[in-house]
Amino acid sequence: MATHFTKTRILSRVKANKSLWSLPSTLLSNPSSPTKPQNVILGRLVPFFLARRYESVEACNVEDGDQVLDFPGGRVALSPEMRFIPESAQERISCYRVLDDRGQLIDGSTFKDISKELAIKMYSQMVTLQVMDTIFYEAQRQGRISFYLTSIGEEAINIASAAALTGDDVVFPQYREPGILLWRGFTLQEFANQCFGNKADYGKGRQMPIHYGSNKLNYFTVSSPIATQIPHAVGAAYSLKMDKRNACAVTFFGDGGTSEGDFHAAMNFAAVMDVPVIFICRNNGWAISTPTSEQFKSDGVVVRGQAYGIRSIRIDGNDALAVYSAVHAARDMAVSECRPILIEALTYRAGHHSTSDDSTKYRSADEIEHWRTSRDPTARFRKWIERNDWWCDVDESALRTNLRKELLHAIQVAEKVEKPLLKELFTDVYDELPSNLSEQERELRRLIENRPSDFPADVPL
Amino acid sequence: MLGIIRRKIVTGGVPVSKFGDSLQKQSWVLSRCLSTAAKEITVREALNTALDEEMSADPKVFLMGEEVGEYDGAYKISKGLLEKYGPDRVIDTPITEAGFTGIGVGAAYHGLRPVIEFMTFNFSMQAIDHIINSAAKSNYMSAGQMNVPIVFRGPNGAAAGVGAQHSQCFAAWYASCPGLKVLSPYSSEDARGLLKAAIRDPDPVVFLENELLYGQSFPVSAEVLDSSFCLPIGKAKIEREGKDVTITAYSKMVGYALQAADILAKDGISAEVINLRSIRPLDRAAINASVRKTNRLVTVEEGFPQHGVGAEICASIVEESFGYLDAPVERIAGADVPMPYAANLERLAVPQVEDIVRAAKRTCYRSVAKAANA
Repeated sequence: MATHFTKTRILSRVKANKSLWSLPSTLLSNPSSPTKPQNVILGRLVPFFLARRYESVEACNVEDGDQVLDFPGGRVALSPEMRFIPESAQERISCYRVLDDRGQLIDGSTFKDISKELAIKMYSQMVTLQVMDTIFYEAQRQGRISFYLTSIGEEAINIASAAALTGDDVVFPQYREPGILLWRGFTLQEFANQCFGNKADYGKGRQMPIHYGSNKLNYFTVSSPIATQIPHAVGAAYSLKMDKRNACAVTFFGDGGTSEGDFHAAMNFAAVMDVPVIFICRNNGWAISTPTSEQFKSDGVVVRGQAYGIRSIRIDGNDALAVYSAVHAARDMAVSECRPILIEALTYRAGHHSTSDDSTKYRSADEIEHWRTSRDPTARFRKWIERNDWWCDVDESALRTNLRKELLHAIQVAEKVEKPLLKELFTDVYDELPSNLSEQERELRRLIENRPSDFPADVPL
Repeated sequence: MLGIIRRKIVTGGVPVSKFGDSLQKQSWVLSRCLSTAAKEITVREALNTALDEEMSADPKVFLMGEEVGEYDGAYKISKGLLEKYGPDRVIDTPITEAGFTGIGVGAAYHGLRPVIEFMTFNFSMQAIDHIINSAAKSNYMSAGQMNVPIVFRGPNGAAAGVGAQHSQCFAAWYASCPGLKVLSPYSSEDARGLLKAAIRDPDPVVFLENELLYGQSFPVSAEVLDSSFCLPIGKAKIEREGKDVTITAYSKMVGYALQAADILAKDGISAEVINLRSIRPLDRAAINASVRKTNRLVTVEEGFPQHGVGAEICASIVEESFGYLDAPVERIAGADVPMPYAANLERLAVPQVEDIVRAAKRTCYRSVAKAANA
């Protein structure tokens, strides 16, 4: 109904404003018009549609054989030639890369300079993420936590994008971006507390492991349904725009997430509303067991940006320098021009989807091994900082040894911390505890008091 | 199809002359109740002024939806607001319910107070994930780090002659979900006071209006017209006191219940009519207190019978006031079928005044044969 309604409305508006359709000569083909090259074919098809619907309307003017239609939304060139837009461009969109697989700068590459300190911090955090994933994954395998999901293979996207943003930028993650939190100061103990759902968890043990969130660090709590965070980011970006804040919203999602309606809605709204938001697609090749070839027919995700009127780039997601430079530039444009930007980062999910998945069932172990070794983003970045004499084997082993110790300690502590209190079952459903819930809490406490042996002992009162 | 709806707006949202007749009776009832009332306003005006005042009071409040700006809203609820507050705060969106609902939730996460208009609540189905999984649960899941002060509003329930996909009551759907508050106004007073309360509330509120009530006028007191006026969420209103049978209703059905009470009074049955106002939280205390007084209960709603609002009220009475009941509870609900388009069948599919009268008489063990002709 809504569709029908709007069409009717456009029709009535068009009829009311015939002047739109009788074109002054000044409207005739303007070679610099940005809409022209993109819409040549559309321009050719539109008149067929129009001729039937608006027969009484003068649709075009002719002068020197050149034709332009002033259509709601902008001028469109007309053509007597019937030509369909091909389903894909002849060449795939290229991928921006700065460092080659050997960690060498590619000749002529443009990138944002980074200092030694920043580079070392980035590298250390990429390693931290990798070690944290390895140890938490093991903890799940040992049955100490119910679930885990690693970011292995996507450390560059996590850390380099975080490094390129400011702490004021609000992040709407999917679930494979804990590196942003790490960069912003979330401690290993805080990660462990969430995974173990103890009393110190900021989510009060209400979400399954890896659903981190931190108000303080502008990192919105992970939302399990795929792609819902994308429109949320656009909404938050609108809020930033209204407040005239010098910041943007940044949202992450996978290649699979781009098939959700929420992705399309969010892209369209962001473009229409001119909001400062960066969409970062981690195209890691696999949506659980679905390869990208079964996810979309288009040339990946980057090409969709233009269809929505959004500036876009495809980057090598395993190249920390490329990620850092592209996100830095994207942020500048998003904030200073108040516009959305789409980044498609090509990477590879080098781990299983989650601890509920065994990806060797649907992809070859060789393929995984290849990406884990020859294309590992952390190793590539290490080669570059080693070439710069900023890092050596001694630094490496010290870092890894310390991290292991720190993580094992964090897990031990998290395990010992009390679980959430009984009252947390009821709080936060609403801003204030409603009477029916406080009544239930009282009743539950009374029952536990009377028959303590019937209730689990691990719920602190 | 929408043409039909729009034509009705022009005529004041009153679809059939029978309903018009009954309105006169009803406004007599109301003017008797509120004899000090100086003025009448329509529900549409009530909603419009409530929105206007809350937008004026708080720059974080903004309205978003299809046709809310240039067109003044599909039902003209947002008339004049675009002109007054500009396109940054009255946003005409592309036609994607999931889009503007999700974006509203994100804006609320980040501190704004969006009012999301659905052209009808039937279309909220395309966005229900954001209402349930995002808006309702985020405060709990984030342990209070992400509260969601948002209002989802628009016409709900059966309109007239618009068929199954435009005629459905979603009160029971949304009211089953913890984290949401669900309000459903009947009169202009309700519309103003509850919408203001919804906008000021820190939690997500589903605000269920009724298209057929938009054009209806109700007397309002000076207090209701004051910009500080606000109604409490979770409190029902006794629209009419009585002692023989309790009738609960919300939205348009409150009007029907009041008409039924008039008819019952002629037969010497004194019915107490409760306007629920808030479906979640449900004012169980008021309903139970009334039933303990009258010992009889009839629930009325337009929605489907199974797991409906009436079912929940019955459960509450059985749990808390079973010993007070002198008769089985009667539930009046929409027929358990998708809404038919043909007017004759449609009438049979929604509760009518005489259905309420008959049910009330049954609870009082009075002959129903006479009531059928009432």
